[in-house]
Amino acid sequence: MFEQIRSNQRRSVFVLAGMFLLLVMTGAALGIVLLPRPDAFAEDTSYLPQMALGAVGGLLLWAILWLFSYWQGDAVLLRMAGARKIEKADHAMLFNVVEEMTIASQLGRLPSVYIVEDPSPNAFATGRRQKNASVAVTTGLLSMLTRDELQGVVAHEIAHIKNRDVALMTTAGIMVGSIVVLADMGRRALWYGMLGGGGRRRSRDSGGGHPIVFVAAIVFVVLAPFLAQLLYLALSRRREYLADASAAVFTRYPPGLAMALQKISGTEVELANQSSVTAPMYISAPVRSWLSKASNWFSTHPPIETRIQVLQSMSGAGYKNYESSYRSVTRRHVIGEQTLGAAQPIGLRGPDDGAHGLDARELQQQTRQASNAYLSAAGYQRISCSNCGATLKIPPSMMKRMKACPRCQAPLPV
Amino acid sequence: MILIAVAVGLLVVVAIVVIYFVGVYNGLIRGRNEVENAWSQIDVQLKRRHDLIPNLVETAKGYMNHEAETLEKVTQARNMAMGANGPAQAGPAEATLSRAVTGFFGVAENYPDLKANQNFLSLQEELSSTENKISFSRQAYNDAAMRMNNKREVFPANLIAGGFQKAEMFEIELATEREAPKVSFS
Repeated sequence: MFEQIRSNQRRSVFVLAGMFLLLVMTGAALGIVLLPRPDAFAEDTSYLPQMALGAVGGLLLWAILWLFSYWQGDAVLLRMAGARKIEKADHAMLFNVVEEMTIASQLGRLPSVYIVEDPSPNAFATGRRQKNASVAVTTGLLSMLTRDELQGVVAHEIAHIKNRDVALMTTAGIMVGSIVVLADMGRRALWYGMLGGGGRRRSRDSGGGHPIVFVAAIVFVVLAPFLAQLLYLALSRRREYLADASAAVFTRYPPGLAMALQKISGTEVELANQSSVTAPMYISAPVRSWLSKASNWFSTHPPIETRIQVLQSMSGAGYKNYESSYRSVTRRHVIGEQTLGAAQPIGLRGPDDGAHGLDARELQQQTRQASNAYLSAAGYQRISCSNCGATLKIPPSMMKRMKACPRCQAPLPV
Repeated sequence: MILIAVAVGLLVVVAIVVIYFVGVYNGLIRGRNEVENAWSQIDVQLKRRHDLIPNLVETAKGYMNHEAETLEKVTQARNMAMGANGPAQAGPAEATLSRAVTGFFGVAENYPDLKANQNFLSLQEELSSTENKISFSRQAYNDAAMRMNNKREVFPANLIAGGFQKAEMFEIELATEREAPKVSFS
């Protein structure tokens, strides 16, 4: 029943192939724009050699970037986000929830669990291969969600790993990046070419080749990055819906994720550490540019209200339920035929925690637990002052210098 | 000449049949291992739950003087579940244990001092997580068991599947699926 979302993979591979074509064409167009034009007196005056050279250059750029991300990607992403790896003793509930969802998704191997110190509630997953995957959540998320809601969020992240979205979106993201770099090179070359009056390159009439081809190449170089970005964003939004659908299957409790999304959308705090590279891996869009606020077309994530509405109107927890709920909300379809055909009906379960909200005391307690989990993962030492009873959390760099309690000045046993 | 051709033909047919049955047999072995593996995943969680309960009862004893009966029920259900053998027996026994534990946590709601106890809180988290893990791994186990049973019952595998026992289903009702008292696991 937990088959991977195959037919949607087929569709995603289709989009990826489109991007690949775009990359090759951008490279070819750049070849036309940048390289010297064919000699007017030669027998063959076509642009073919230039195009081939440009395309190979574009592919080479992409391959180099991809290889770099393949060897270094996860570690860099986690470090960029400031994530700290935790053990079970640091935060038992988070660790247990990750274990539960690993079992439910039949992932086979427990992902590493990370905490990010950030008041903005969010979570993300990394790991191109299921073997070395990681799930990271912010302290803000940990402090405000109930157990069921946290389970929904973790299920969504594990679904990203299980559906191989990390590998897919990294590959796609690097293609977009390569296209942007190539187009940028082309624009700059044209700009300086114009400024210099075509000094470096031969003037138009001395070269061969068709001028229309040259103009078309310039237009293409300008348009390609936008096209690539739109394709990428559409792909990203689709994978978000699919991860929501899988999360419902894993937890058998879609209201959990729905309520979590509601809470997340209700907070105004934006993620401190924003990066458009990692954006598709988060549970809700961490980067909110004015463009993505203006239109859904420019966002990595679908509108959160739609996601909540779809999850909340599910009458079961299976893929078929998600599909029919999605259809009634948006009048479109999202899950592939093959997955729907293989999907078994899954009943909803009741809430684990009685679906009650958190009262002020519990909220405070959870906030403290989340912060303590991060601090102990970051190597902070907890010492309680024997004189006044204050609990001190001392960062590793201060361990040597802390000689006395800052509250009562009594000497500390360091 | 014809005789040799017939003999070779026969040999080929026999070889194909033998190879086919070897494949079927290996498939059955794989299926059985899959079922055993899936069961051991559940068994780990069941054992974990059995280990946690004495601690829970010990912690609660000091706070719940007037609830000896509830505690006794939990202990009894746990001992019954520990005696169960195999998925088919374990199912109902574990369901009873789940209900007893849920009932216990319902009663514990009335004891604020107990609910503030750090040890109690972490045991509560562990038990509810273990319960979740049991119910999530149940799905994988039953899928494997169903696949195995289909494998050994279809023709012609059923001719050689005599040595393979029918895999038992593990049916356990989630405590939350029942009309149990609402419990707050926070």
